[in-house]
Amino acid sequence: MKVTITVNGTTHESEIEPRTLLVQYVRETLGLTGTNIGCDTSSCGACSLHVDGESVKSCTMLAAQADGCQVTTIEGLAKDGVMHPMQQAFMDNHGLQCGFCTPGMVMASISLLKENPNPTEEEVRIGLEGNLCRCTGYHNIVQSVLAAAQAK
Amino acid sequence: MIPAPFDYKRASSAAEAIALVSEYGEDAKFLAGGHSLLPLMKLRLAQPAVLIDIARITDLSYITDAGAYIAIGAMTRHMDVEKSPIVLQHAPLLANAASHVGDPQVRHRGTIGGSIAHSDSASDLPATALALGATYIAQGPNGTREIASVDFHKGFLESELSPDEMLTEIRIPKMNGATWGFQKFNRRAQDWAIVGVAAWKRGTESGVALVNMGSVPILATSVSQAIASGASIAEAAQLAAAEAEPQSDSNASAEYREHLARVLVRRALESVQN
Ligand SMILES: Cc1cc2nc3c(=O)[nH]c(=O)nc-3n(C[C@H](O)[C@H](O)[C@H](O)COP(=O)(O)OP(=O)(O)OC[C@H]3O[C@@H](n4cnc5c(N)ncnc54)[C@H](O)[C@@H]3O)c2cc1C
Ligand code: FES
Ligand code: FES
Repeated sequence: MKVTITVNGTTHESEIEPRTLLVQYVRETLGLTGTNIGCDTSSCGACSLHVDGESVKSCTMLAAQADGCQVTTIEGLAKDGVMHPMQQAFMDNHGLQCGFCTPGMVMASISLLKENPNPTEEEVRIGLEGNLCRCTGYHNIVQSVLAAAQAK
Repeated sequence: MIPAPFDYKRASSAAEAIALVSEYGEDAKFLAGGHSLLPLMKLRLAQPAVLIDIARITDLSYITDAGAYIAIGAMTRHMDVEKSPIVLQHAPLLANAASHVGDPQVRHRGTIGGSIAHSDSASDLPATALALGATYIAQGPNGTREIASVDFHKGFLESELSPDEMLTEIRIPKMNGATWGFQKFNRRAQDWAIVGVAAWKRGTESGVALVNMGSVPILATSVSQAIASGASIAEAAQLAAAEAEPQSDSNASAEYREHLARVLVRRALESVQN
């Protein structure tokens, strides 16, 4: 089937199999491998990206369901070599160690602040319940998100 | 994991979706948020030959105040139910239950109609709608009909809907000053309930339903009868598992689930939220 999906501002018309997952589409069809696959069962959040500005787990969505939508991946955040404030906050606050969960964490965190611009620490923790990190113990991730909220 | 191949059709109205499902018959399935169906398809536990995407039927995404009840279109997402001022005002128990479904990413995609139609007794919303005495509207080739929530769930992943019927609306009676509580016991954030309880109380009137305490969501009628005849909350909560038929699994034994039901029903009813 044919889908038209705008990814990071560029509109792509692609011929895909209906069963193509959105994460497969961005990684394999478009070569945007910043979005990671962790669990592949909608548990870990590593594959989080934005569809029409909201975080979704792209391992549990068909590319066909994103037909006509605006998709943003981690590659679409930096503008002219300047990192998105959330990326900068993760860097400044050591919000990552191995970095595997980071693209998903950053995408989920941006969506979180859009819905709740001034969250409490507890609201950040609850808001990121769909994203797992095996390294950091979450503390610095939560600090990063709070710092990004402050910076705005 | 990639689902087995299928044909993808997108419907833009309920009538079109029903025409498509009538055309393709048993091999077709509706796709709403996909957050129950796609995981099953990825594991190849479901292999429909045709998916009929109903998520873009925007006419079926709404929340309105209809006087005695609130009407929620089946395609309304959990996140919209959770944040709706109408739901927060007239059915706060439902808004709170919706906020406990999975995580924000799941709630951005999953729909209330999909959750109820899927008829999984471990889901939060079917039991909550049952406690609130919801009525469901189903549309099929021969028109629409009303189904009471108590008659809807027939077994694990089995409902009163026939394969060519679509759930279109959920009607929730207003809670009018009732106190309420939603209790969900799980081990990890974002998980399904090991046991969950949705309950409300107004004087000696109450509604109590249990999540994951049998093959269908369970209405704990013994608890409500005890409260109606003057028992205290603590006494009534002892009857929480009377109608339940819990399973033992790797998370909990049946006995432990019954214990949890008694504790969580007491907590939910003692809650003073309104
Ligand atoms: C990681 C994760 C965690 C989750 N955690 C929870 C949780 O804690 N609590 C909870 O309650 N749920 C949880 N869910 C499930 C989630 O709530 C789903 O959104 C919901 O169960 C199904 O809704 P859907 O719109 O995604 O339906 P779909 O997956 O699209 O459909 C489910 C089934 O219902 C049928 N269907 C859908 N809509 C209709 C309709 N209008 N009429 C007739 N048939 C229809 C489909 O054909 C399919 O068989 C979780 C899901 C995931 C992936
Ligand atoms: S890879 Fe999608 S949630 Fe883990
Ligand atoms: S930084 Fe390694 S998984 Fe989060």
